Amino acid sequence: MKRAISLLLAMMLIFALAACGGGGSKLIKVGIINNPPSESGYREANVKDFETVFTEANGYEAKTAYSLNNDEQLNAAQQFITDGVDYLLISAAATTGWDSILADAKEAGIKVFLFDRKIDTDESNYEAAVVSDMRQEGETAVAWLLGQGLDEYNVIHIQGAMGSDAQIGRTGPLDELFADGTMNKVVQQTATWDEAEAKSIVESVINSGESFNVIYAENDGMAKGAVAALDEAGITHGVGGDVIIMGFDCNKWALEELLAGNWNYDGQCSPFQAEVISGMIKTLEDGGSLTAKTVISEEKGFDATTITQTDIDTYGLG
Amino acid sequence: MKKKASSVETGELQIKNKGDYSQLLIPLISLLVLIIFNVIRDVGFFNISIISNNQGYKVLSGNIISILNGASELAILAMGMTLVTAACGGQDISVGAAAAIAGSVFVKILRGGGAITPGLVIVAFLACCAVAVVFGAFNGTLVAVFNIQPMIATLILFTAGRSIAYWINGGATPTVTSPIINALGGFIPGVPVPTPIFIVAICGIIFALLFKFTNLGLYTQAVGINHRAARLNGINTTWVKLLSFMILGICCAVSGVIAVGRLGLINHETLLLEIEMDAILAVAIGGNALGGGKFKMAGSVLGAYAIQTLTTTLYAMKVPSTSIKAYKAVVIILIVLLGSPVFKEAANKIKLRFTGGKEPVTVEGK
Repeated sequence: MKRAISLLLAMMLIFALAACGGGGSKLIKVGIINNPPSESGYREANVKDFETVFTEANGYEAKTAYSLNNDEQLNAAQQFITDGVDYLLISAAATTGWDSILADAKEAGIKVFLFDRKIDTDESNYEAAVVSDMRQEGETAVAWLLGQGLDEYNVIHIQGAMGSDAQIGRTGPLDELFADGTMNKVVQQTATWDEAEAKSIVESVINSGESFNVIYAENDGMAKGAVAALDEAGITHGVGGDVIIMGFDCNKWALEELLAGNWNYDGQCSPFQAEVISGMIKTLEDGGSLTAKTVISEEKGFDATTITQTDIDTYGLG
Repeated sequence: MKKKASSVETGELQIKNKGDYSQLLIPLISLLVLIIFNVIRDVGFFNISIISNNQGYKVLSGNIISILNGASELAILAMGMTLVTAACGGQDISVGAAAAIAGSVFVKILRGGGAITPGLVIVAFLACCAVAVVFGAFNGTLVAVFNIQPMIATLILFTAGRSIAYWINGGATPTVTSPIINALGGFIPGVPVPTPIFIVAICGIIFALLFKFTNLGLYTQAVGINHRAARLNGINTTWVKLLSFMILGICCAVSGVIAVGRLGLINHETLLLEIEMDAILAVAIGGNALGGGKFKMAGSVLGAYAIQTLTTTLYAMKVPSTSIKAYKAVVIILIVLLGSPVFKEAANKIKLRFTGGKEPVTVEGK
């Protein structure tokens, strides 16, 4: 009996000590809700980014849930609220249906950050959203293209899946230049992100005998498809070539094409939001307050004449 | 089912030639109409020119080459799909996903072994064929052994296939750079015709030989028309159905390899996306009964080329991206109506009035 009591006391002592030890540098509990890495190369990099930033070494205890299904994401959020996390980080599968969960979170005193995608809800329901501005990506690319000072711009415009954020944002600024006559639209067609279809579209232009000097593809894969058609037709491209090649997303292999001078431009769509969110959480923990509700990720555009191997290693996806 | 089968049995001798001929009529007419339409629209549409590509070799270029080349994957899948349709009376909707898996295996092996030698390419090809056959056998088992509707059975792989392809290579779009791979999807140095066209021809010849020297065609047809009767006649119906899915698996692997070869890259999400629908459509345009039974593979291949001609035409007409599918649908409705039993019967009646012939014989592909 005595033994049992002493054992109990000893255990209590250990627990007390452990609690004290933890008290000094308490881990911040975060629940991360994202789409699964299998969705795309972008998502894979995005998930990896959060996994490397929200670690115990950085002072976090992270729980993650990945799903393409909004209902599953909502369930996971509910579970995280029950588990008593301090912060919820959400990249929602669908933009609607989150209001009641966000209200529950608010009631429980949980602070919410959105990343990659915004949710259709009142701004007061979250601390801040860290997102890409696809429209800005398009503007950066178009500004670069105008900076090339060509005598004439005859553009083949290969679009992504119609209606997607990336397509709308990257098409908009170029469409305006088509409309005001600064650039000629040789063809504007969607390849729904499909490399092979992009190739067919360019092939059909080549077969029609029309001349063009710019290919503006809304992602890297479609740019690669377009280039394959040019190679088969004996049309030179890239730095010093007849046709300017532009892509988006900054896959590692695409940036290597830039470095080799086969392409001219690649626009970034940054999947790296974790560092920014972590910074904001630390600010809140230290008693500070946040200034902006929407934080736009800084996104670059790479030029084949200035890109370096370091850029590829730092920003290349995959 | 039984009634139709018996009518074919009694009428087969007289109608055989006529049936074979009339079945190819629909895809031929649709192709012809598309061709005439294009020639009227643009006289130079079918011009072929010889140009020098960026590797410095002389190659053929023009819309005909683009159509023949671009339809390759579809044509090969349509061949396999015809066999599955004939034997099982249903379609495999997982061919795109299976091709993505096969292509991923191909790329995985090529990227794993240092320098890309012809030997390694052959090993990778055989491996991806083996994987595709396994998945084909999975589909086939569900259909042949467990008697599940083909579309439901293949829905499983349709749903899971691209995720499986993701597990093989990871999320990004891995690339393979090698002259051998370029030659597979593009041109063999010095040969002016794109390689995929030759691959389709080789597949066609293999199937023709199989039908000539084995019972594959006859057995498939027999199982499709009435599998009970076929079994009573000593045909192993389970095996015939299973085999058709395994052969389709090889077709998926070949298409996947061509698609990877075209760009030296695999994107598991978009590789041959939605091609299953085009493949089924090719089989239908080819005049094959989607309920199984008699079939003509040449019809499906013609159907595949008709679909590709349509796509190329729409691109050439610069149909806006937002409405391209709607235009495609309109043309497809017309082609499918043209091949429908009602229309065929009407055409038969008109023909009878002119020839004043005998009692019409129904030839509905069965």
